[in-house]
Amino acid sequence: MLSYIARRITSGVLVLFIVSAVVFSIFYILPADPARLACGKSCTPELMERIRHAMEIDQPLATQYGRFVKGVFVGRTYNAGTEVQLDCAAPCLGYSYQTDLPVTSLIKDRLPATLSIAVGASLLWLLVGLSGGILSALKRGTLIDRGSQAFALAGASLQIYFVGLILQFIFVNKLEWLPMPGYVSPFEMPFEWAKEMVLPWVTLAFLLSAIYSRLTRSGMIEVMSEDYIRTARAKGLSARQINFKHVLRSAITPIVTVFGLDLGALLGGAVITEYVFNIPGLGKLATEAVANVDMPVITGTVLLAAIFIITANMIVDIIYSFLDPKVRLK
Amino acid sequence: MSKFLDVKNLSVKFNTEDGVVHAVDNLSFSVERGKTLGIVGESGSGKSVTSLAIMGLHKGSRAEVTGEIWLDGQEINQLAEKDIRKLRGKKMAMIFQDALAALHPYYTVGNQIAEAYQVHNKVSKTEAKKHAIEMLDRVGIPEPQKRADDYPHQFSGGMRQRAMIAMSLSCDPTLLIADEPTTALDVTVQAQILELLRDLQKEFGTSIILITHDLGVVAETADDVLLMYAGKAVEYGNVRDVLKNPQHPYAWGLLTSIPRLTGDPDKKLAAIPGIPPSLISVPSGCAFHPRCSYVSTVGAACSATIPDLLLVTNTAHHLVRCHLDVKNREDIFKNQVVPKL
Repeated sequence: MLSYIARRITSGVLVLFIVSAVVFSIFYILPADPARLACGKSCTPELMERIRHAMEIDQPLATQYGRFVKGVFVGRTYNAGTEVQLDCAAPCLGYSYQTDLPVTSLIKDRLPATLSIAVGASLLWLLVGLSGGILSALKRGTLIDRGSQAFALAGASLQIYFVGLILQFIFVNKLEWLPMPGYVSPFEMPFEWAKEMVLPWVTLAFLLSAIYSRLTRSGMIEVMSEDYIRTARAKGLSARQINFKHVLRSAITPIVTVFGLDLGALLGGAVITEYVFNIPGLGKLATEAVANVDMPVITGTVLLAAIFIITANMIVDIIYSFLDPKVRLK
Repeated sequence: MSKFLDVKNLSVKFNTEDGVVHAVDNLSFSVERGKTLGIVGESGSGKSVTSLAIMGLHKGSRAEVTGEIWLDGQEINQLAEKDIRKLRGKKMAMIFQDALAALHPYYTVGNQIAEAYQVHNKVSKTEAKKHAIEMLDRVGIPEPQKRADDYPHQFSGGMRQRAMIAMSLSCDPTLLIADEPTTALDVTVQAQILELLRDLQKEFGTSIILITHDLGVVAETADDVLLMYAGKAVEYGNVRDVLKNPQHPYAWGLLTSIPRLTGDPDKKLAAIPGIPPSLISVPSGCAFHPRCSYVSTVGAACSATIPDLLLVTNTAHHLVRCHLDVKNREDIFKNQVVPKL
């Protein structure tokens, strides 16, 4: 087991190297020049050259990448030997071209909002999606099933920006039941935090619970026709024991996989949700950085998203090995 | 001997979009305590549907089950699901054909056997587990203590079927229905499983319904045999009578189609012409008549009227459903068929 985890971490780190190298190369060949953007209106060639040097984009790509990697692991020093020398401790992801703030502190600022959205929404969609799917499967063909599946279809077809804005219009602008969505620290103002997060949670959960409801329903219905469910009935088990132990146990396994990946992807930034509700999260940070060709921020957020997804994948695989004895690790 | 299981006029119909499927049609048979009944027939002849009907496992599906099923003096076909549930696994148990598919892949074998015991007995988890290990030991699984914690996929085919038997016997059922328990197994393992069933039957006095399409298995194991075709009984009686002196052309066909070690290796194996009928449109009259070689001997009756299941003369309990008269049957059997098992 330990050697398996070690192997997975090694390959994960390798993937991160590749991701960072690819991100670096893409921006190197892009026509946009960050120095030109930073230089402003009264730009002279000399000033431009100084900025390029300060940004270190006058160096060859390999050197830039090498310094970046070194910064991540041991930290690095900018403008060494000059009066504006900057020490950036590991893990150093550089400084934003736009705001001159360290990328790590930008991420630290934005992470809690994204974390709040992702964790709250995922709990909600799991709860709604699973119970809707189970109910549908048990009451197959009835009005409950059809209603629940119509709800799921609506959730899967409507977009976040549509549902989100409509909900915001109704609950914030018209009924005034909720404040404008935003982010405050849950440790300082837990009640406000929850109130401001409700709409992003509900909107995201509406979309994703639809998928989970359908997955659960079809999974359970498929398992119900398995031979081993007939065996369970032949043993004399009650319908409740069969459905909630034997059927659900099999049907839930593939859902764990999907859930891990969804959560991982969401932690990297709930881009549309953050935009719609104007919440300062990682997704918003990343898209703003792309718009401004803010190379260090882009690299940092992309890497972080990759870390989340790779970690989620790994955790899913480890959990899966516990859930399915056929893939259990020796 | 009392009739422990007595099935009277059992019919199972399925309403499908293509029409009504008469999977089992007016079937009657009985099993005595401690005896074995072999039910033989091709795929789709209604063997498995019959066994599921006895277990009450059609309840909640679209199947319509009519007739009477008496188990130990109690009519069970009319019982509600919650009442028949208490009999399943306890008074009557079932062994399924494909043990790998019939065992839950995510629970250990020991866990699944313990569960079967716990449903009907108020015991702790530890006691149930102990019982499961005893059962595994009883069906001849080596190192049962260790193997109880294995998952079904870690067992071999024969072991899985043994585990399945251990599970079905964990509450000492008085009726055991074995639905092709050895079909998926190779011949040596098949022999072991049949021997195990015989031993356990001796030990527990269980009545067994053995569903199979293998007449060899029936000859070895059963006391009575019921031959089914297109949902109907075509021949029914003591196994010695039926196999030594078969009366129905379908039985002759089955017997002559068995390959023999003593036969001429160059001779083609006899086969029953045609294919089993669709149960949606069963042939008129005798359902077997399109495949029967002796229709010309009888004439129009074969395709016009369904023959009754009648007692063969000079026997106590040997029934056949055929239009051929006694003399013709004896003639054909002696001069043309001459099968031996």
